[in-house]
Amino acid sequence: MNIINFDYISANPLLPEVKNAMITAIENDYGNPSSSHQLGEEAAAELEKAREKVARLINAPSPDEVIFTSGGTESNNHAIKGVAFAKRDKGKHIVTSDIEHNSVLKPIRALRALGYETTSIPVDHYGRVNPDDVRKAIREDTILISIMHANNEIGTIQPIKEIAQIARERKITFHCDAVASVGVLPVDVQELGVDLLSFSANQFNGPSGIGGLYIRKGTNIWPLLDGGAQERKRRGGTENLIGIIGMGVAAEITLKERESQFNHLKRIKEKIISGIKENIDDIIINGHPEYSLPNLVSVSIKYIEGESIVLMLDEENIEVSTKSACASGSLRASHVLIAIGRDYADAQGTLVITFGRQTTESEVDRFLEVLTKVVSTLRKMSPLYQKK
Amino acid sequence: MYSKTVMEHFKNPRNVGEIPDADGVGEVGNPICGDMMKITIKVENDRIQDIKFLTFGCGAAIAVSSMVTEMAKGKTLEEAKKITNKSVADALEGLPKNKLHCSNLGADALQMAIKDYENRKAGKIKTPETGEAYQCYTADKNFCKCPYCNTELPEGEKTCPMCGKMITCQS
Repeated sequence: MNIINFDYISANPLLPEVKNAMITAIENDYGNPSSSHQLGEEAAAELEKAREKVARLINAPSPDEVIFTSGGTESNNHAIKGVAFAKRDKGKHIVTSDIEHNSVLKPIRALRALGYETTSIPVDHYGRVNPDDVRKAIREDTILISIMHANNEIGTIQPIKEIAQIARERKITFHCDAVASVGVLPVDVQELGVDLLSFSANQFNGPSGIGGLYIRKGTNIWPLLDGGAQERKRRGGTENLIGIIGMGVAAEITLKERESQFNHLKRIKEKIISGIKENIDDIIINGHPEYSLPNLVSVSIKYIEGESIVLMLDEENIEVSTKSACASGSLRASHVLIAIGRDYADAQGTLVITFGRQTTESEVDRFLEVLTKVVSTLRKMSPLYQKK
Repeated sequence: MYSKTVMEHFKNPRNVGEIPDADGVGEVGNPICGDMMKITIKVENDRIQDIKFLTFGCGAAIAVSSMVTEMAKGKTLEEAKKITNKSVADALEGLPKNKLHCSNLGADALQMAIKDYENRKAGKIKTPETGEAYQCYTADKNFCKCPYCNTELPEGEKTCPMCGKMITCQS
């Protein structure tokens, strides 16, 4: 069965080089990087080799500033809880935005239960944070600002450099969730000026279940997982070496080919947007027209609901994602779409179309053809469309 | 996630559409949690001669609508009144737990259409215009609900306090 994947954000397909490196790693039967014998030393060498590759991808000044985690969720939890715990005597106020990923929102909510306070910055209709709003939200007791780089539902890119600058002036730790952008955009931790940056391998054709957290030297942060002395005492637990090796190879190839990939993705994105606009009426393209991820199109298709679109596309072997409440476990509308001003009905009909290096133009043609048909079928069934 | 029967009804929904000169209309739903259904019926000799549905909603909502209409078609009103959310869900070989509310909507829309028919026959109620708030009936009162979010509307209100849509309530 030939599956057409427009749901890269859920998990990128592995690069063949990544697959091979991981298979070789399994066959090599590495030991535990913490052991001081031969097997251990081999493993430790592989671990540090991968760390160097990953550090280069985000231009970290030193590989020691990168730790491996189990993915974006752990990295975000580590950054937020780790800083909150370490700086609890300095203050208990955290600044964040209305459109953060749940793996940022929920740890912050958990901290609120422990007496921490939060200010959440609203966004404009494109989903952008105004750095001035961040400045105004800062209090004497603010210890952490956490704002994402690019949004995983609408693709909008935040003015991170400006916000990081504000944080630095006020000596506040700045964390950036860059899971959706690392691998797609040129992310340079030195240029952005962040203290902490989360990222995940499955967003750049590496394996799922492995990610990283950049921790700038000198950042006051606790481990999230206490245990052994792994990752320079910043994350206990034996390393997922096979995943880490895969991530290293993915990072290396991504860095080498990022520019040509960027242009490929932009072409695909433009083709999808113009095709949707041409074929389907009453739609809204979400996100910023300029400051936006090249590998993501968010579209609200009025009068119909996302899960039924996804199911009908799946019948034709085309995979997309929806942010409809019906499709979420919680039956709640996406907080991101509500934050940018979509009403509940429009949020229901929102698709997140994501793609990558393996996406072809003929796949886009087929997708547009089927999507147009599906939308028309569902609209014929919709009481909202009939009322229109 | 869904049973074979749910997917079969979702892919080939029965009785899609709207009966233009319907004898009874039932409309329920709430885009906030995801679904709206409109069921129209044609009644002859106390029997549901024809029934059609329009649904905004997920796979389960569409399958429920299709199943409800199929179960009710050709039945007498008394028989159709016995169709419940449970009998619809059972006929679909079950629904995922978080989708059970969809079957409530299906049965509610059908029962509301029957009630509308009976009320009209008794000369009680005007039919709401398309796009306006619809009236709901319980044993002890008549009231209006927002067609967009299902919120009960205060009398004389021109916009829905819940979702902000312009509405007209005719109670």
